[in-house]
Amino acid sequence: MVELTHDTRPIIGRGPPLGATFLTLAIAAIALMVADQRYDQLTRVRAWLSAAVYPVQVVVDLPFRAWDWVSGSFADRSRLRQENLELNARLRLANLQLQRFAALEDENRRLRDMRENSAGVAERVLVASILNVDLDPFRHRVLLDKGAADGVFKGQAVLDAEGIFGQVAQVHARTAEVILISDAEHAIPVQSNRSGLRTIAVGTGDSKRLSLPFVTVEADLKQGDLLLSTGMGGVFPPGYPIAEVTRVVRDASTTFALVDARPTARLDRDREVLLVWFDPPVPEEPPAAEAAPSEIPTAEAAPAPAARTAAPAAPAPGDDE
Amino acid sequence: MRPSGTAQRLLYWSSVALGLVLAIVPLPDWLGPLRPDLALLMVIYWILTRPRIAGLGYAWLAGLFLDVLRGLTLGQHALAFVLVAFLTHRAQLRMRMFPILHQAGAVMVLLAVYHFVIFWTDGLTGHGYTGWNRWLPIVSGALLWPLIVAAGDTLTRRSR
Repeated sequence: MVELTHDTRPIIGRGPPLGATFLTLAIAAIALMVADQRYDQLTRVRAWLSAAVYPVQVVVDLPFRAWDWVSGSFADRSRLRQENLELNARLRLANLQLQRFAALEDENRRLRDMRENSAGVAERVLVASILNVDLDPFRHRVLLDKGAADGVFKGQAVLDAEGIFGQVAQVHARTAEVILISDAEHAIPVQSNRSGLRTIAVGTGDSKRLSLPFVTVEADLKQGDLLLSTGMGGVFPPGYPIAEVTRVVRDASTTFALVDARPTARLDRDREVLLVWFDPPVPEEPPAAEAAPSEIPTAEAAPAPAARTAAPAAPAPGDDE
Repeated sequence: MRPSGTAQRLLYWSSVALGLVLAIVPLPDWLGPLRPDLALLMVIYWILTRPRIAGLGYAWLAGLFLDVLRGLTLGQHALAFVLVAFLTHRAQLRMRMFPILHQAGAVMVLLAVYHFVIFWTDGLTGHGYTGWNRWLPIVSGALLWPLIVAAGDTLTRRSR
């Protein structure tokens, strides 16, 4: 039934007039935005609020997890056997490679130790699952089920089995928001595996395509080149695959070539990813001194070349956040 | 005849909360950009039907929670929500008289205002996405409006 009174609130006890309430709340919202964006002062408020919404995110994720569990526990026997056989075969192969790898890693570490630089090797990983929560259809962000309580920190590298996935953009108590390498706001320093060419890959907002906008026309890069992480900027561990070059278009009239690459990580299909802890590869004085505290003279000598190589690297890293 | 004030208040809060939860439920990729802003539609519906209960404060809070849920700059949706709630309050008497399709058109205008504020603040905070499909929820929300009114009226036993 439609009521024809002008304002259904009683005249006495109406509370503040609508306009004033609106103005107050709008100003409060704008103040919040400025404080959050410009001054970064709301970490505590944000932590508190995200703790409040954590149950909601878990509840949204729950049906999907339950479905996974149900379909997993009712999978028929022959399929499981088949899967088991395949996994065993893959494990054997992986173990074989691992034996060689272990020897190589030891050797690598010894060689790096000789150079007083054992950094850049991933030391500890933690498996995290992606919560089934849609953050924003136009931004490539996902929510992980590990947070500050598990030692996750802002800027931490996130990998999957096939390559680099993204980096942690925000840490909450029990969750962490990850920005994918394909997000339009993300950029990552890369190096061509074949030619050693260094450049920057930026996200395009398409999970199957990265763009390399700063490759000059005469640069040595061609279709099929594998792009690896360089470790510059100290966010990502060096030597992990990022993308494969899919297209190089050279137009002689322009300075830069048009280069596209396809991420090796399965950005849109992953359920589980790895959080990585490693020593940043370009150590300043303290880590180098730590690496060899017993031999002070050589440790003193080491930072000098390291600092020199670091100098040109400084402008290159394009990691935002 | 009608549920009591407290019951209605609870209904209001829980319907908006449900809208917020549905805002982060994963959808298939092709459907994602079409996701209507259910929480905001709920706020508009309740302001039109029960303006005494549905104030600006809760709309603001709902927007803030949407920011937290989506991990955006705090206050972005709060601002857009409170602006739409304010405009709805001002136009409430006229909008209630509109036939349903006409009303859906008015809701479309409100949604357009909402999305423009989000677009604008997105741009200010450096997350600008300028693709045409970011405006799709305006249309999907307006198309959903008659359904929301029908469901809401059944639930609050307003329709006779």
